[in-house]
Amino acid sequence: MSKQIDIKDLDIYYGDFQAVDDVSMHIKPRSVTAFIGPSGCGKSTVLRTLNRMHEVIPGASVKGEVLMDGNNIYGAGVDPVNVRREVGMVFQRANPFPTMSIKENVLAGVRLNNKRMSKTDADDLTERALKGANLWNEVKDRLNLPGSGLSGGQQQRLCIARAIAVEPEVLLMDEPCSALDPISTLAIEDLINDLKDKYTVVIVTHNMQQAARVSDKTAFFNIAGTGKPGKLIEFNETSTIFSNPDKEETENYISGRFG
Amino acid sequence: MMLTTSDNATTKTRTLTSKQLPKATPWIIAVASIIVGIGITVVATGGFSVAIAAIIAGVINLAAVLIISGAYEGRRKAVDRVATTIVTSTFVLACVPLVSLLWLTVSKGGAAINFDLLTRTMLGMKGVLDQQYVAGEASLAGGFYHAIVGTVLITFAACVISIPIGVLTAIYLVEYAGKNRLGKAITFLVDVMTGIPSIVAGLFAFALFSTILGFVMPDATGSAKTGFTASVALSVLMIPIVVRNTEEILRLVPMDLREASYALGVPKWKTIVKVVLPTSVSGILSGVTIAIARVIGETAPIMVTAGFAKTLNWNLFSGWMSTLPTYIYDSQLRPVSPGDAALASSERAWAAALVLVILVMLLNLLARFIAKVLAPKAGR
Amino acid sequence: MPTSTQTTEADPAGAPQPSAQAAPAKAPKAVVRPGDRIFSGATLAAGILILLTLAGVALFLLAQSSETIEAQLTDPSAITGGNGFFAYVWPLVIGTLVSSAIALVVATPFALGIALFTTHMAPRRLAPALGYVIDLLAAIPSVVYGLWGLTLAGNLTGFYQWLATWFGWIPIFAPDADGAISSTGRTLLTASLVLSIMILPIITSLTREIFLQTPRLQEEAALALGATRWEMIRMAVLPFGKSGIASATMLGLGRALGETMAVAMILSPGLLTASLLVSGNQTIASEIAQNFPEAAGLRLSELISIGLVLFVITLLVNMAARAIVAKTSVKGS
Repeated sequence: MSKQIDIKDLDIYYGDFQAVDDVSMHIKPRSVTAFIGPSGCGKSTVLRTLNRMHEVIPGASVKGEVLMDGNNIYGAGVDPVNVRREVGMVFQRANPFPTMSIKENVLAGVRLNNKRMSKTDADDLTERALKGANLWNEVKDRLNLPGSGLSGGQQQRLCIARAIAVEPEVLLMDEPCSALDPISTLAIEDLINDLKDKYTVVIVTHNMQQAARVSDKTAFFNIAGTGKPGKLIEFNETSTIFSNPDKEETENYISGRFG
Repeated sequence: MMLTTSDNATTKTRTLTSKQLPKATPWIIAVASIIVGIGITVVATGGFSVAIAAIIAGVINLAAVLIISGAYEGRRKAVDRVATTIVTSTFVLACVPLVSLLWLTVSKGGAAINFDLLTRTMLGMKGVLDQQYVAGEASLAGGFYHAIVGTVLITFAACVISIPIGVLTAIYLVEYAGKNRLGKAITFLVDVMTGIPSIVAGLFAFALFSTILGFVMPDATGSAKTGFTASVALSVLMIPIVVRNTEEILRLVPMDLREASYALGVPKWKTIVKVVLPTSVSGILSGVTIAIARVIGETAPIMVTAGFAKTLNWNLFSGWMSTLPTYIYDSQLRPVSPGDAALASSERAWAAALVLVILVMLLNLLARFIAKVLAPKAGR
Repeated sequence: MPTSTQTTEADPAGAPQPSAQAAPAKAPKAVVRPGDRIFSGATLAAGILILLTLAGVALFLLAQSSETIEAQLTDPSAITGGNGFFAYVWPLVIGTLVSSAIALVVATPFALGIALFTTHMAPRRLAPALGYVIDLLAAIPSVVYGLWGLTLAGNLTGFYQWLATWFGWIPIFAPDADGAISSTGRTLLTASLVLSIMILPIITSLTREIFLQTPRLQEEAALALGATRWEMIRMAVLPFGKSGIASATMLGLGRALGETMAVAMILSPGLLTASLLVSGNQTIASEIAQNFPEAAGLRLSELISIGLVLFVITLLVNMAARAIVAKTSVKGS
């Protein structure tokens, strides 16, 4: 269960302002794709259009197509609620629901569709999701305590468990480690490596080493200047991007000459 | 596969698209429900009542949304739609009294008002005059010039008392108190003061001046009712609002600004007067205007402190005074001429209500205007 | 500043000024300028005046109640009703609590709905304007509400008749002994409904404030899990705002308890009755307003003492509201 994603001629607007210009790419199933680039280049914006979360911001709109296994998620009759069930998301800062216990957090998404889940099913799913997020051993004795009591890294893995409990096809991660210490970051990176066996993972990161470590392919976004739209400069195998990129702009960014 | 699940409910093939009702559906259902609701009301009760029709229409609407959406779009979508319908209708319903009230005020007040009402008092008013008016033999007599004067005088005096106290207290809380105990106590009591019922504020002012007068001249019972007593009552209501609004604005002034001034060797009090206050003056003025708008419409504290005057009184310190709110209350509930001719008093009351509502709205607009136009341009 | 004599006088021979400001703790250097002393003194005095005012409210009301207390101790039959102060005041307390409770029960769901509508459901461009519409409700003077309610009271009799016919078996909707209900509609229910409209904007604006503070991340977390808008509100917005809603309601209750004009103008008062559809019942604030103009002597003192009772009740309610806020904000941080 994982899907390929085809982005075709995607333009993204906030009101009249064009944030992203003409992005096209093909993302393979069961792979990790990293989006890198300087601040404000539109990489997070592109990520959020993959599960229509950008619509939360008033005035946001897109032109172009995003196909999941050939189905346009912007097509007629598509319900964003369904899209988001297929495409899970992990945010920059861990955001477990503060009023819910660890277990309730994991089950939050599933309960929406399946109110009358038997207790054993719920327990099984909690265990599977937490194991999938490499968190089970740390929390199995305190499942009924609030999720906000965990450390930052644990909270972020709890959010990953919550996302995969819904059994999505694709997992989006928006700078998931930017608020974490190096050890927690390592734990998440290991987890991403495991996750790509089952999911199509797309990750936005500020950290180029992280992109090099975890991703199969890397997309480099850049912006010509303030007020100009962000563009996809190069989309290539990660090894190529970091050793011998096609574009000079990419090379400059990778080698730290700007950004 | 790790997450292959045991229950089949969630492994059904999932699609991105779902059946969705056309966008206009909720509106069509709403209109249909209203029509059916009116129909049922007329048939069932043999008459027509807006309230009953609205209740029936509302229930039908919710049921229809639930059934139609539930059958077509599924349970979750249906619940979402029902919730949206309920939430939206609370807003629409809340607008009904507002519109009705403004409409009544404008139509009734607008029909009765004329320039003479604004310039005359109730001096020499007799029931006969109102009876002649109702019979169509004379134009509407009387007026509320004295109430306008009273409103302005009493509110002005209340401002003179409460603005300095309120602003200075806010300065104390923000600039001097820090986290000391007195500061906390004052903050707490300002909170408590915000909750004082307006009529209790009136009773307090009355009790205060009665007690004082009881010592000074024990025989003069009742003379505690003056315009100034009313001003004190209004001040009790106004001070906490001024403190709160000013405090909020002063806390917005960035610490850097104060430190920049201290670094130049400017003493603290001068920093406050020359740097902090000018930066926040528009916010403070706007807050004060809001406070005025709030107390100018108060009725209960005025009627227990200033009584009901029928004629012009420019002296805040002696004799009864009327304000627009007490004039409205008095005219409506104790008409000059009872019976049919009470209509004339009621018309004067509505005319005064129109003037009062316009006054309050203007003050509110003024507050917004001040906050917007006078705000320091560099601030943001 | 250049013209100020205080500044120069306080400058010890060109000593570095910033450090003098930054280290006020050093005792010998703590020069208090006269300007500072006067200014801080004035602000302190203003603060203390507020303390005194509040003490004064209790004190002077108590002083003016002394006549009633004396009558209660020596000759309870002299007090209105003839059975002492407590027999006089308790029906008023009940009336006040009942009318406020009805107002609260009616207003709270509406306030929550409107707050949700303006923060999460209305088109975002319209939201501020819609919020302003509700603020208008708060700006209208209470006496105008009274005038409005009085004019419309008669229109409600059809609805009340319907209630009495179908729900008359519930005591609060029961008609009187002759099977009739108030023909003017000037009943406690009408007054309470007008009251609910008057407290609506207060509860609304407080809850709106709270809903706006819901962490964006929580809302997005819910949406990203595939929640519908309503499910997102239930997962993220409402749990976050729970204590805020509770305290907003309490503050609304405080306002309803002390609101005078709606009841004083609309209700035709009478003895305490269970039914809300017949004339009768009375609230403290309205009792004061309706009788104060003609009162003198003991009657005046009685009215002031029931005012004191009202003051104490609202004080307790408001303090409870603050306590809820204080308790939860400690837990949250």
